[in-house]
Amino acid sequence: MYVLNSILFYFFSALAIASAILMVTRRNIVHAAVFLITTLLATAGIFLQLQAEFLFIVQVILYVGGIMVLFVFVIMLVNLDVSMRLVQFNRQWFVAGALALVLGAQVLFAVWAGRASLRLPAMQVDISPKNTEAVADALFSKYMLPFEIASILLLVAMIGAVVMAKRRV
Amino acid sequence: MGHLIPQAILPYVLPVVYAVVIVMVLPLLAGYIVLMERKVMADMQARLGPMRVGPHGLLQPIADAVKLLLKEDIIPENADRLMFWLAPLVSVTMALLAYSALPIGPAFQIADLNIGLLFILAISSLGIYGIVLGGWASNSHYSLLGALRSAAQLVSYETAAGLGLVSVLLLAGSLSMKDIVQAQMDQGVWFIFSVPFGFFIYLVGSIAETNRAPFDLPEAESELVAGYMTEYSGFRWSLYFLAEYANMVIVAGIATTVFLGGWLRPLASFHEHFPGTSIEWLDAFPSLLTLGVAFYCLSLAPKQPVKIQKIVMLAVAILCFILSGALLAALFAPTRVLQGIHGAFWFMAKVFAYLYAFLWFRFTFPRYRFDQLMRLGWRFLIPLALVNVIGVGVAIVLRQQLGWGPVASLIPTTLATLGVAIWLAKDDAPAATVQTADGE
Repeated sequence: MYVLNSILFYFFSALAIASAILMVTRRNIVHAAVFLITTLLATAGIFLQLQAEFLFIVQVILYVGGIMVLFVFVIMLVNLDVSMRLVQFNRQWFVAGALALVLGAQVLFAVWAGRASLRLPAMQVDISPKNTEAVADALFSKYMLPFEIASILLLVAMIGAVVMAKRRV
Repeated sequence: MGHLIPQAILPYVLPVVYAVVIVMVLPLLAGYIVLMERKVMADMQARLGPMRVGPHGLLQPIADAVKLLLKEDIIPENADRLMFWLAPLVSVTMALLAYSALPIGPAFQIADLNIGLLFILAISSLGIYGIVLGGWASNSHYSLLGALRSAAQLVSYETAAGLGLVSVLLLAGSLSMKDIVQAQMDQGVWFIFSVPFGFFIYLVGSIAETNRAPFDLPEAESELVAGYMTEYSGFRWSLYFLAEYANMVIVAGIATTVFLGGWLRPLASFHEHFPGTSIEWLDAFPSLLTLGVAFYCLSLAPKQPVKIQKIVMLAVAILCFILSGALLAALFAPTRVLQGIHGAFWFMAKVFAYLYAFLWFRFTFPRYRFDQLMRLGWRFLIPLALVNVIGVGVAIVLRQQLGWGPVASLIPTTLATLGVAIWLAKDDAPAATVQTADGE
């Protein structure tokens, strides 16, 4: 069980990182979108491996099944010939490169400092068999106010979008 | 069995067997649903339908499959080859993957997830990528327009269908497919009778999600040739076809599990609510039905014109006899076996009843225009679904605080939703005529 868990974790992590890199480097934006979908799915796989099945399904439904469908919807309408000829790098690329190097060094240092945890701890089976209920409990009792504020924020954004898109309401 | 297989992989053996069975049976089933569709269509249009291959066209699906496999596989020159190749695979994989949480009977389920319903909805909604990417990769305007319509339609109607299901989840208190069926057993009523509007909304939403008529705009042949499938041929085309029919069975399976009592026999918990009565004789119905079909096939066999057709008809009759015998034998088996075998029978019976409704709609209603489709989804179904969900919440409070029965507490909700539905429909009708007068 332990070996299987480790294999799954490193498989999904490698998949997520590899497709994230591919997503940034592809010239064809539809291919980039497909690799973004793969990244999101791999992240969902990590949630599942950690037995957070509710987060897994929310990741799949919201990001992959909802947001990315709309992304792809818009991308398909873009003229590909134009986007293929766009320059991928501008003149400040070395500034960004230096920043990325610093950031990468920090991440590597953090990984090195916590290298003891690279070997995954043995999985406790059935930490919480029903974490959908646990999430609901937390949202509707402990974090009620932030939850309501977030819903109102989303509602306002939605109404704002409708008002801006439609001249005669 | 236990000593033959190592302990570590024992829990995975049965699910793997189920998965293999589903992957093998489903293409055949899809082929026969196509035959059923053609036969029902023929019947509704006073024709005979396919009659040549096998008795009453019974071997037609196999002939069709062979034809599709042998057809030339064409990839358009300017297509994006990788995506063109990948897209049908995505569609068909997602459609098959969704079956892993569908309970066909209490025993026949690959995995009982406690997020079962969400899992099926999420995975089957990923099939849209196959359509969208395939439409884009074909590099054809018809395909692209079909794919765009499909994406817009799916995103719109998923919301309504999801809200239709939420009303039931409130009543069942679980996302596990097994627990939802168990809740219907415990409450003594199928949820279609508790929340008829939830079922209605899901029915309409599921037709739109599977791109079936009257919402088949993504593949409207009079406007878009064949929509996203225009450039596909041969095996790839048949993969799309398989995905479409697999998705139909999936939505029928969800509706069966959530609204129609899943694998439960009609009146399954009757004796618990009305003690002293017995309607256990209903258990004999599946066996008698298949026996009747067997004798009917037997009587048809000598009338077939060609010898090979006589033999096939006889084989069908024998199969029905065996099935009838198995269903009869299950009556004398322990309860678990009985529920397993008869559960599968009732589940499939309900799934096919739901699919029949799909076909019925297809040949009854003319196709919607795209703006009409969007108006129906956003201005009728979604408000109605929201009212329904709120009403079910009120009903649950009534039940918990005032002790009303599981059916009685939902009657005010249903009446209120009916009122809102009539009001919404009335409100919508003049707007439609004004829009057409504008020429929009």
